[in-house]
Amino acid sequence: MAMASTLQVQTVLQIEGVRKAFPRPSGGELTVLDNVDMTLKEGEIVGLLGRSGSGKSTLLRIMAGLIEPTGGKARFLGKPIDGPAEGIAMVFQTFALFPWLTVLQNVQLGLDALQIPADEAHKRALEAIDLVGLDGFESAYPKELSGGMRQRVGFARALVVHPDLLLMDEPFSALDVLTAETLRTDLLDLWSEGRMPIKSILLVTHNIEEAVLMCDRILLFSSNPGRVIAEIPVDITRPRNRLDPKFRRLVDSIYERMTSPAKALVAGAALPSFAGGGIDMVLPRVSTNSIAGLIEAVAGAPYHGRADLPQVAEHMRMTTDALFSIGETLQLLRFAEIEGGDIRLTEAGTRFANEDPHVRKQMFAENLLTYVPLAAHIKRVLDERPAHRAPYARFAEELEDAMTEEWAEQTLRSVINWGRFAEVFAYDENQAMLSLDNPV
Amino acid sequence: MSNISTISVARRERVAPSAWDGIALCLVAGTLALIIYGAQQMNAPLASVSKAQISLSPAALPEYALRTTLRMFAALAASLLFTFTYATAAAKSRRAGAVLIPILDVLQSVPVLGFLSFTVTGFMAIFPGSVAGAECAAIFAIFTAQAWNMAFSFYQSLRTIPADLDEASRAFRLSAWQRFWRLEVPFALPALIWNMMMSMSGSWFFIVASEAISVGNTTITLPGIGSYVALAIERRDLTAVFFALGAMLVVILAYDQLLFRPLVAWAQKFRFEQTMGQPTPGVWLLRVLNRARLVQIALVPVHKSFVAVAHAPLSFGRWGWRRSPLQRRWLNIGWGVIWWGLWALVGAYGLRALYVEMAGQIGWAEVFSAFKLGLMTLTRVIVLVGLASLVWVPVGVWIGLRPGLAMRLQLVAQILAAFPANLLFPVAVVGILHFGLNPNIWLSPLMILGTQWYILFNVIAGASAFPIDLQDAAANFRVRGRNWWFKVMLPGVFPYFITGGLTASGGSWNASIVAELVTWGNTRLEANGLGSYIAKATAAGDYPRIILGVMVMAVFVTLFNRLFWRPLHAYAERRLRMI
Repeated sequence: MAMASTLQVQTVLQIEGVRKAFPRPSGGELTVLDNVDMTLKEGEIVGLLGRSGSGKSTLLRIMAGLIEPTGGKARFLGKPIDGPAEGIAMVFQTFALFPWLTVLQNVQLGLDALQIPADEAHKRALEAIDLVGLDGFESAYPKELSGGMRQRVGFARALVVHPDLLLMDEPFSALDVLTAETLRTDLLDLWSEGRMPIKSILLVTHNIEEAVLMCDRILLFSSNPGRVIAEIPVDITRPRNRLDPKFRRLVDSIYERMTSPAKALVAGAALPSFAGGGIDMVLPRVSTNSIAGLIEAVAGAPYHGRADLPQVAEHMRMTTDALFSIGETLQLLRFAEIEGGDIRLTEAGTRFANEDPHVRKQMFAENLLTYVPLAAHIKRVLDERPAHRAPYARFAEELEDAMTEEWAEQTLRSVINWGRFAEVFAYDENQAMLSLDNPV
Repeated sequence: MSNISTISVARRERVAPSAWDGIALCLVAGTLALIIYGAQQMNAPLASVSKAQISLSPAALPEYALRTTLRMFAALAASLLFTFTYATAAAKSRRAGAVLIPILDVLQSVPVLGFLSFTVTGFMAIFPGSVAGAECAAIFAIFTAQAWNMAFSFYQSLRTIPADLDEASRAFRLSAWQRFWRLEVPFALPALIWNMMMSMSGSWFFIVASEAISVGNTTITLPGIGSYVALAIERRDLTAVFFALGAMLVVILAYDQLLFRPLVAWAQKFRFEQTMGQPTPGVWLLRVLNRARLVQIALVPVHKSFVAVAHAPLSFGRWGWRRSPLQRRWLNIGWGVIWWGLWALVGAYGLRALYVEMAGQIGWAEVFSAFKLGLMTLTRVIVLVGLASLVWVPVGVWIGLRPGLAMRLQLVAQILAAFPANLLFPVAVVGILHFGLNPNIWLSPLMILGTQWYILFNVIAGASAFPIDLQDAAANFRVRGRNWWFKVMLPGVFPYFITGGLTASGGSWNASIVAELVTWGNTRLEANGLGSYIAKATAAGDYPRIILGVMVMAVFVTLFNRLFWRPLHAYAERRLRMI
C-alpha cells in the first residue's frame, strides 16, 4: 500500500461513457453495458462486483482490448485502447493454459510477442515461476497440476510480461474454497510487499466477501443493462479479517444493496430484480428442487421464517449468485420477500413449507400463473389454439425481441421446467412443442 | 508443435554414441537414400515408362513399392499444404468461408477418378516429354483422395478453438503466425493426424487407376505397385497379384510403425483434456530415438530452428480497431465487391466452358438416363451399407465390450480399411465367371469391400466407450435380448455408427467407378450404374459424358448426405451423446 500514498498518483485506466450493444436478429440493438464511467489509479485494487450477466466481464474485455466498445472511450496510461495493449495482462477464470505447453513454456508465451531475447525470456520466466511458488514444476504439463497450481501458472504468465495493469476475470471462482483462499492471501501478500511489478489490479467477481477482502474500492454493477450503481470504498486496514465486525457490516450492507428493490440492481423494474416486468423478464435457471429446498431451509430452525442472506449462503454452501437467483425467484413467486439483506417467507411460503407435495404443486401452479407473466402468456396461447399446441420457436422468437438468444433460451427453459412441475403445460423435447397434453 | 521435447530431451552431458545410435542412423540414412533415388527416377524421359518396361518379377516389387510410397507421401505433403492454407482461409474470413466451404463440400463428393481425366492432359502439357508431368498427374489424383477430409477436419478444429485460449493468445498479443503454430495447429493436430491416416488408407484404393493412367488416347504407365497390379490383371497372373498384395502389406505396416504410430503417440499431448489421460502407448521407434544420444544431439538444431520459425513474430497486420467504424465499413464493402465480383467472373467463365463442352453432345435423354443409372448405384449403396451394418454392428458390439480383444482387433480393422480391396476384384471376377452369376448383383459387394471396416471399427470404438455403470444397470435390472439391443446398446453406439456409416457410404460411391466395371485379361464384367458409366466414358476419353457422370454423382452424394446422414447425425448429437 506504500504506492498509494505517493502524492502524484497516476491514472492507469480511464473509462468514459463506455457502451456496448449487440445487434438483435429482429433489428434494433440490445445494450449490455450502458454509460460506464470509472478510473483506476496507481496502487489500487478495484473490484467490479455484480451478478452474472451484468456486463462486468464485457467491461473487462473492453479494457483488455479484446472487445471494441460501441461507444465511449477507454484509455490506458493516457492512450486510447484500440486492441490488446502492451502493459495489460489478464488472468482467466478457466486459467486458459495451453495443455501442450509445459509450465515454463506457458509462462514464456506471454513474452513471445515482446521479442525478448531467448536467454532473458528464460530468466524472467523462471523468476515469475519462483514468485508464485511453482519452482520445481517448470517442466510439468498443466494436466499434471491441481486447479490452484494451474491458476498460479496463470498468474506467473501474467506477471512475466511486467504489466502495469493486471486484469483478473473471476480468477478464484473455479477453485475450491480452501485453495481459493490460499491463493488470495498469497496474491495479497505479494501485492502489499510490493514484489509484483504491477501498478494496479482490476478484479471482476460476483463474490461479495472476496471483493471486500481484496479491494480498495468496489464498483457495484446492475444487470440488464450493466451500469455502475454504487461505488463503495473499503476502509478496512490490511490484512483484513473476515470475522472483523467492520468487515461483516460492509458485507451485509453490500448484500442489502444488491438485493434491495429501491436501489435495484435492475434499473427501472419494480419488484423482481429481473429485467422488464412483462413477459420479457429474464428468468434465472432455478430448479423447483432448489426453490422448495430454500423455502424449507428458511422455514426450519434456526431461521423460523426469516434469515440473513450471507448466513444462509454460508450454511447452504451456495455462491451468492446462486442464492440470489433462488431468492429472487421466491420473491417473484411471492413465497418470500427480500429486504435489507434478509429473506423472509411470506404467508404462502410458510404454508408451502408445511404442505404435502400435492398441495405444493397446486400452490406453485397458482402463483406461477398469477405472478410470472410469461407462464400466464404461454398458458393463454395454448388455451386459445384449437389443438392446444404451440412450438417452442414461437415463444423463443417473441422473447428474442427483448433479450439475447441465450437469455431467451434460459428463460424459456426455466419457465418450461416450472410449468412442467406445476403441471400447467407440457413440453415435448423431440418435437420442440409446448402443449396442454398430460404427458403419457 | 513448438516442442518436440518427447524426442529431443537431450541428455547433453553424455555424448558417447550408444548402440541405439547405430539403429537410428541406419533408419535415417536408409530413408534418405531411398527418397533421393526415388526422386531421381521421377525425372526420367517419358519414353522410359511405357508399359513394356513394367516387370512382373517379384524382384522389381521393392522399387515399385518405394516409388508408389513416395508418390503417396508427396501427395500427403501437398494435402497438408492445401489444408493449412485453404482451411485456414475458410475459417478466418467469413467471406472466404462462404465460398470455400461449399466448394470443399462439392469437391468431396466428386469421385476421385473424375479428377484424373481432366488433369492428366494439363499436367502433361506443363512438362512436355518428361515423366514429371505424368508423375504430377498421378500425385494429384492421390491428392484428391486425401486432401478434402483433412481440410475439413482442420477447419472444424479451427472453428472450435476454446474461447479462453483464443482470448489468452490475443490478450498476450501473439501475431497471427505465432497463433497458428502455437495454438491452432497444436489444437487441430490429433484430429488431423487421424485424418492423415484415413487419407493414406483411402488413397491406396486409387493407386491402380492413378499409376496406370488411361484416358482416351493417353496411356501412361508409371512404375509402381499400381501399374504392376494393372499388368498382372491384364495378363491374368493371379500369383503376381498376390505378390503385389504382400508388398503393399509390408509398406502399410512399415509406415504405420515408422510414421503414424510415433505421430499418434506424440500427438497425445495435444489432446485437449485437462485431466490425466492414459499413459502414452509404447512406441518402439520413439524409444530408439530417445536412447540414441547422437541422434538426439543432431535433432536439437532441427528442433531449435522449428521453434524459431514458430515463434517468429511475423505479423500480418495487428489486432484491434485502429480504423474508424465508418472506414472499416467502406473497406469491408470494397473487399466484398472485389471478392464476389471475382467469383462471379469465375462462375460465368466456368458455365460458358461447360456450355461449349456439353452443347450439342448431351441431350436431356442422356441426362435422364444418367440419373436413372445414379438411382441404380444409389440402391446398391443403400442395400450394401444396410447389409454391412446388419453384420458388423453386432460383431462390433461384441468385440467392443471385450476390452482386451477390442484393442487387438481395432488395429486389424484399421489395416483392413487401409487394404485396397480392388486388388481382390480379380478373384471376384473369376468366381462370378465360374459360377455364371449375374454381375449386376454380384459385382455390387465389391463396392463395400474396402469401406465396410469403417462401420466395424467405429462401432467397436462406440461399444468400448459405453459407460460401465449403464452396462451394470442393464444387467442389474436384467435387461436382455431385444430390449438390451434396442434400449441399451444400439442407442449407445448409434452416434459412432453414424460416423462409420457416413464414411462407408461415401467410400462406396467412390468405389463404384472401379467396382461396377471390372476386367480380368480380356474379360469385362459390367454392372449397370453410374460408376460404370463414368468408367466407360473415361476409357473412351468422352469428356462431355465424364462431366455429366461426375456431376450427377456429385449431386447424388451431396443430396444423400444432406437428406439422410446429416439429419441422423444431428439427431444422434442432440439426443444420444453420452457426454
